[in-house]
Amino acid sequence: MHARGVVKDFQNGGSSTRVLHGVDLEIESGRLTLLVGPSGCGKTTLLSIMTGILSPSAGEVDVMDVCITSLRGSQKALFRREHLGFIFQQYNLLPALTAAENAAIPLVAGGLSLAEAARRARVTLSRIGMAEHAEKRPNQLSGGQMQRVAIARALVHAPSVIVCDEPTAALDEETGRKVMEILREIASDPANAVLVVSHDNRVYHFADRIVTMNDGLITGEMSPPRAAEGAHA
Amino acid sequence: MNLVALKMLLGDRAKYLGLVLGIGFATLLMSQQVSIFIGLMTRTASQIMDVREADVWVMHPRVKYLDELEAMPAIDLSRVRGVAGVAWAVPLYKGNAVIRSSEGLLQQVILMGLDDGSLVGRPPKILMGSLADLKRPNALMIDRAGHQFIWPGEPLRVGRIVEINDRRVEIVAIAKASPPFQTFPVVYTRYSEALRFTPPQRNKLSFVLVKAAEGVAPVDLAKRIQARTGLQALSWQEFAWRSVRHYVERTGIPVNFGITVTLGFIVGAAVAAQTFYIFVLENLRQFGALKAIGVTDFQILRMVILQALVVGVLGYALGIGLCSTFFWLTRDVPALDGFILRWQVIVGTAVAVAVIMLFSSLASIRKVFVLDPAVVFRG
Repeated sequence: MHARGVVKDFQNGGSSTRVLHGVDLEIESGRLTLLVGPSGCGKTTLLSIMTGILSPSAGEVDVMDVCITSLRGSQKALFRREHLGFIFQQYNLLPALTAAENAAIPLVAGGLSLAEAARRARVTLSRIGMAEHAEKRPNQLSGGQMQRVAIARALVHAPSVIVCDEPTAALDEETGRKVMEILREIASDPANAVLVVSHDNRVYHFADRIVTMNDGLITGEMSPPRAAEGAHA
Repeated sequence: MNLVALKMLLGDRAKYLGLVLGIGFATLLMSQQVSIFIGLMTRTASQIMDVREADVWVMHPRVKYLDELEAMPAIDLSRVRGVAGVAWAVPLYKGNAVIRSSEGLLQQVILMGLDDGSLVGRPPKILMGSLADLKRPNALMIDRAGHQFIWPGEPLRVGRIVEINDRRVEIVAIAKASPPFQTFPVVYTRYSEALRFTPPQRNKLSFVLVKAAEGVAPVDLAKRIQARTGLQALSWQEFAWRSVRHYVERTGIPVNFGITVTLGFIVGAAVAAQTFYIFVLENLRQFGALKAIGVTDFQILRMVILQALVVGVLGYALGIGLCSTFFWLTRDVPALDGFILRWQVIVGTAVAVAVIMLFSSLASIRKVFVLDPAVVFRG
């Protein structure tokens, strides 16, 4: 993933607020990159633009050598479905579906039958230790289990890039650690790039690289060990 | 994604049932009220439609509909018979009379006097007794609803003696006649008897029923009779529609039924649209997640339309089922005789429900289309 000179202005009534001031950022495969910064600094906006969910006011984003900022709405959706996996802070699971069916959504959206997609999703759920919960609905799962279902949903279609927005924010320390270990393992595959947006300093030591952001700008990088020390200081 | 859409819909049982019941109620209200209205309007012309042997009805020029009578002189029957293209022409008496049952009950009735020879104008089905007995002196035939009205709860029976304008007459037959708009019992006798039973009047010929000769179009014959005699002549279809139109234009019945049907449509549309809108609104975050994951707007459109289609079809089936059940349960109630659920009402209500669901799904889908999928990144 490569963002070049990304600017984002939000219109609010007659006035305009610039939240990103020409951001350049490259995310490499085989690494877990952590994007950190205080609340409101523009992390989630940058994440939305880098995944084609939001359009930048200026600048370009390439993902796997495709300039996604020049794609049309439906093309962006198809690109996301094929190449990106998402993990949200609030899980965003469908309450009427079982864990396996929830994890199967990207495959179903791609045209697979729900039964076949759920069968494949059960394999992914097994990989992350959720096999016995595959037929449970979200209201029968704990927060950590729901987040692991969301991880399975992000992995089921074997995307090249996994983006996570505050994946541990709603979890206790132990559960958050387990979730980060899974993401760490995913990132160890050289074919995968993992980008995690977080302001939870407990997860710094899982990163290969930490990018800091403030006031809509990339302000620098921290090395993980130093960040981890800082977190425990 | 169809199965996912259905699971989303069925997953929220309370809203799903609310939607189905809302549509069902609207369907029931619209189909039942329209059926009653059509049944009522059909009653205004039922006695015309029962006389299938006659092609043309001839009447006084001032008559506007079936129940507004102004009799013609008896000579007019001969004048009509003299018009070229008339195969046959017979008299028909229609008027009100009062009968007194042997129990002393007084009851106003519609008295029909049929041609003595042919009995043209008789009801389509004889349930009990014989039509030939009507040719006996002081003989009367009554319709089933009238029998049930005068002698409620008693089995149908011929041979009863009643008085009509102080003349003793015998009920010799019971017929199944289409119910008239005025809910009085209908009794039939011969034309000559009807003239005897009713008080003396200068003119008593209510209608002349005419059969067109072979190859003569009834509408053309009606025009010819009108031109030659100065009387009003209409084909039975024209006369039936004129009677229906009179009630539609001159009474508050269509307005009242129209208001009920419109209210049914509006209430149904409001309940269904609002519930469906709230259902989609509450799932907005889920739709946002689906959009972020890569589900296209077109796929989401199909999901919402499928959900609308399912609740629409189920609600409609429930409503039409309840309406059918209502008319089936009341099929033997004399006051509701002739009120049925017609296929045209079934189709029309289906169209109305389709409009309601289209409106509901369009209102909701707009919200999904403009939804920024970045909503899923907000905590």
